[in-house]
Amino acid sequence: MTSVVPEKMTMANALNRALRDAMRADESVVMFGEDVGALGGVFRITDGLTAEFGEQRCFDTPLAEAGILGMAIGMAMNGMRPIVEMQFDAFAYPAFEQLISHAAKMRNRTRGRVTLPLVIRIPYAGGIGGVEHHCDSSEAYYAHTPGLHVVAPSDPADAYGLLRAAIESPDPVVFLEPKKLYFSRSEADLTLPVPPIGTAVVRRPGTDATLIAYGPAVPIALEAAEAAAQEGRSLQVVDLRSIVPFDDETVCAAVRSTGRAVVVAEAAGFASVSAEVVARVTERCFHSLHAPIRRVTGFDIPYPPPKLEHLHLPSVDRILDAVDELQWEYA
Amino acid sequence: MTRDAAHLLPSTEPVTLIDSDGHPVPHVGHDMPDPQALVSAYAALIAARRFNDQANALVRQGRLAVYPSSHGQEACQVACVQVLGDGDWLFPTYRDSAAIVARGVDPVEALTLLRGDWHSGYDPQTTNVAPQATPLATHLLHAVGVAHAARLRGEPTVVMALCGDGATSEGDFHEALNFAAVFRTPVVFFIQNNEYAISVPLARQTAAPSLAHKGIGYGVPSERVDGNDVAALLTVLGDAVSRARAGEGPQLIEAHTYRVQAHTNADDPRRYRSEDEVTPWLSRDPITRLSDYLAEQGLLDDERVAACAADAEQLAERMRAGLNAETAADYRDLFAHVYAVPTSQLREQQALVADELSREEVR
Repeated sequence: MTSVVPEKMTMANALNRALRDAMRADESVVMFGEDVGALGGVFRITDGLTAEFGEQRCFDTPLAEAGILGMAIGMAMNGMRPIVEMQFDAFAYPAFEQLISHAAKMRNRTRGRVTLPLVIRIPYAGGIGGVEHHCDSSEAYYAHTPGLHVVAPSDPADAYGLLRAAIESPDPVVFLEPKKLYFSRSEADLTLPVPPIGTAVVRRPGTDATLIAYGPAVPIALEAAEAAAQEGRSLQVVDLRSIVPFDDETVCAAVRSTGRAVVVAEAAGFASVSAEVVARVTERCFHSLHAPIRRVTGFDIPYPPPKLEHLHLPSVDRILDAVDELQWEYA
Repeated sequence: MTRDAAHLLPSTEPVTLIDSDGHPVPHVGHDMPDPQALVSAYAALIAARRFNDQANALVRQGRLAVYPSSHGQEACQVACVQVLGDGDWLFPTYRDSAAIVARGVDPVEALTLLRGDWHSGYDPQTTNVAPQATPLATHLLHAVGVAHAARLRGEPTVVMALCGDGATSEGDFHEALNFAAVFRTPVVFFIQNNEYAISVPLARQTAAPSLAHKGIGYGVPSERVDGNDVAALLTVLGDAVSRARAGEGPQLIEAHTYRVQAHTNADDPRRYRSEDEVTPWLSRDPITRLSDYLAEQGLLDDERVAACAADAEQLAERMRAGLNAETAADYRDLFAHVYAVPTSQLREQQALVADELSREEVR
């Protein structure tokens, strides 16, 4: 049963509802990982699932990420739709080989005879004052690997819809959950059609320049647009939602409409998703651009300790500075 | 090299030398440590308990972001350090801050990570204490490497590598045991089995008779010890260190203990275990047990108790002073330690932050 009217909820609530609704709708959907049973996950995303669906369908595993994902691959090969939780971004790395060499390649290796409908949920990115290994933005590793879908919601409604879509997907989906947005609350109508994976959305209309963001960077981009509006500049905000597949059409249409763009991302800028966005948009929209596309990203450093993270993360000021540099003298 | 499986087998029961009432338990093959070692251990236990209590208090006061306490596991924390020599190495996890301090690391530097100033606050080179590992079991292979390098150079170094019960499920744990055994590296793998990996109980980690049994498949001699009995720990760990130093290769020790407090202050154990399960462990406290024994033996008088308490209070005072002081984080640290020579991109990024900060000052 889903709700019939929009209600205020957190992203954590929405993700929990998506798991619950998917498990009610399809008995082959199972959820497992570390601390996802009695505890309900360290962020409580799986709260109550073992109570409702039993130990067979939501269960704790031994503490071994390669084991978790490897077993999920086998279960997906045999008629199940597993969802696994990696406890934190950096704790997903032991599962890297299973993900890159097997999850991503099974369809290709078998000419489509074996497919893997599985979801790898990863609480990711920083901004929560977490200690080392708890705040990585690891999306580029996954996005660089053909065969994986990679999505990152920025609000409760999308979190619900994208997770339902990810569970329905015939291919493996790396589902990145911005930790700092887990407990942000907004209205969500869960009865709306689920947005297909691979569609970006314009979050805020604007005419002067386009901010392109995803996941944890979206709220800060919206805040920057609000600040710019007070200074008389109209910024459009595009939320990618899905990194792979990439919605060239929506993003390029948005950039063409303003002729200026800034990409905002929390991850280090070098060899990153933000770099890919700039490359794609430049290739397609060069003649519509009034200025080179700018980026506001994390620095090319290991994620800093809590006391320094505010200097690392994209800020409203840094976004507005980048917007200022978009060659307005030629407008 | 012997291939006999029997000598690899741990005892059916963990080795205990002092029972939970403080009475000595005779044990064939394991002698009671000498009185001086036990008195030293008492002082270290009192300091370790005070360290845990003070760190928990600093979390409540907002001076530490998080603290994974080793309350109730202090016997393991101090014994694994007491059996090491100066040239030996310790490879700790995030729950082993008390062991790090017992090894001689400054308590404020030991808590830098958990305060949020920097990742590893102490210099691993001065104390031979590796940076605390938050990823599980990954550091065990580094321990093997440190021990192997020492062996290649002909140095008598032994490495004490710590992990918990949950980490024994990770692949790196198994690779570390295998590498150490194949190369006969002098590593003592010390598992503090506290029954829980956050919420997941031991029964969900393994179906083996004990975690010590995991050594057998790799050819690593293994032993089980009562993790709340510092006397047994000193003997069993001390013997393991001696064997490793004598060229007998890696050793595996499993200590049976219990995490009486939450995983960290962010955890809520009521969701996954009952108070009834915790209560019996409180009466097996490692400090009460040793002090009862020492008092019975006439090795502990009021004067010594007071002196140890005063030393522990001094440690707590040092923690409060260091962690209540406001320290300014330096933005240049963001860029200074990524490479030996910062890239031109990093220099540009540092200049950007410097510019932003100077503009803020002007405002």
